[in-house]
Amino acid sequence: MASPLLTVDHLTFGFHDRQLYSDLSFNLARGSMTSLIGANGVGKTTLIRLLMGQLTPQSGHITHAPDMRLGYVPQFRNIDPEYPLSLRSFIQLNQRGHWFPWHTQAEKQQLDAVIRKTALTARQGQLLGKASGGEKQKAYLAQALLTEPNFLILDEATASLDVNTKTELMTLVRQLSQQFGLTVLFVTHDLELAREYTDQYLLLTATGHELRSTQLMEPANMPAELRPAEEVR
Amino acid sequence: MFAYDFMQNAFLASTFIALTTGIVGVFVTARGMSFLAHTLSEIGFAGAAFAVFVGIRPLDGMLLTTILSSVTVGKLSVRASRREASISAVSSLFTGLGILFLALSAKSSSYATTILFGSIIGISRADVWQLVALAALVLVTMSVAFRSLAFDSFDPVGAAAQGLRRNVIGIYFLLILAVSVSIGAQIVGSLLVFILLTLPPAVAKYLGRTLPQMLVISVAAALIGVWSGLVLGYYTNWPVTFFIAAIECVFYFAALLVHRRRD
Repeated sequence: MASPLLTVDHLTFGFHDRQLYSDLSFNLARGSMTSLIGANGVGKTTLIRLLMGQLTPQSGHITHAPDMRLGYVPQFRNIDPEYPLSLRSFIQLNQRGHWFPWHTQAEKQQLDAVIRKTALTARQGQLLGKASGGEKQKAYLAQALLTEPNFLILDEATASLDVNTKTELMTLVRQLSQQFGLTVLFVTHDLELAREYTDQYLLLTATGHELRSTQLMEPANMPAELRPAEEVR
Repeated sequence: MFAYDFMQNAFLASTFIALTTGIVGVFVTARGMSFLAHTLSEIGFAGAAFAVFVGIRPLDGMLLTTILSSVTVGKLSVRASRREASISAVSSLFTGLGILFLALSAKSSSYATTILFGSIIGISRADVWQLVALAALVLVTMSVAFRSLAFDSFDPVGAAAQGLRRNVIGIYFLLILAVSVSIGAQIVGSLLVFILLTLPPAVAKYLGRTLPQMLVISVAAALIGVWSGLVLGYYTNWPVTFFIAAIECVFYFAALLVHRRRD
């Protein structure tokens, strides 16, 4: 049995006015897909910042496998309709393996491969500013994949998408996870997507946390603002 | 035309100026710093006037003031809510100081005209070499920092997510911008240097789809502008700056038209 990619052990963290978690423990197996869910303000973003090493735990430990390579797809991007670069050029921004400005043949091939993986080959010349919401999200994903991560954090990647596009994006993410053994942490408010596309969920609440299989998810036990009835609005 | 030393100097200087401003300008536009470039040029005007007052070369005075103030002015312009008022205040102060230094130095008013509107006869061979050296400094450091600078300029959120040191890149770019404003002002003058830093990149933004395309278009628009400006100025005796401004505006509106058609 392979060791987990990430282990969080008795983690305590809070800000001076507010304790977020005490005694948070869980681990993420290699190749697993986990939803991170919880009401707004419960500390999802803070947990990500802790996992990324941008914040230090007050007590407890976050241990990751020595070969962990993290890719993070942030929630908000400021891409206006006049944004000048094509999808391909935008994705390429994250290729920083050399100090010189031009890209090598090997880099171009790697870029081609990532674009193919994210099913953007036919659309790569399109201007990002004019691309659809789904294409934009795929481009953000592709950009993060350029550093060849084995652990991917998707921060509310589907929040602004319609149902079909959500499904398409999550199918792609699951496919990548299965094909390349990518471990995925998917921050979301969408219980349907969590149940459909991820194996387990980590629920953060004001009083504690639970990590369970999504098969065992019971909407009735979920925070009120996450329940489907609330989502329809 | 090229029999004259001053025309040779002017062509040489403007070629390097167009290369630098064309490339730096693409990042100025991407980072939304056009207004800041304008402020730095006014600060440069004050610096040049100060240089005249104390008896050093105007370019040295410009470099001194723009480099010293760039980081502070850059910080002032971070908060969008305060940006316009703060920058306007700084602009007014430095324009006032420039006028003060010119008055105190009691030089003829042609000096003011030269600093504000540029001059092609005023550039000596020694000035040219200084410009070339500064341009080379900008271009060489930019080629080393290129990938990080591009990422930070065209996708600040992504760059932050990948852990780029955005503060360092930001300060580096402000210094580069200060130098570019100072050298650009030598041909078109401090009042209009932002033409070269904003219009060719705007053309590139409308016509290009990749970063290399944008750089080539921006440099080409800048080069064609300054070269034609010099030639037309030589034959008509009208100010070169006028021609450069007019040509760049034509390019800009033409590119805007093409861009609109495409949509």
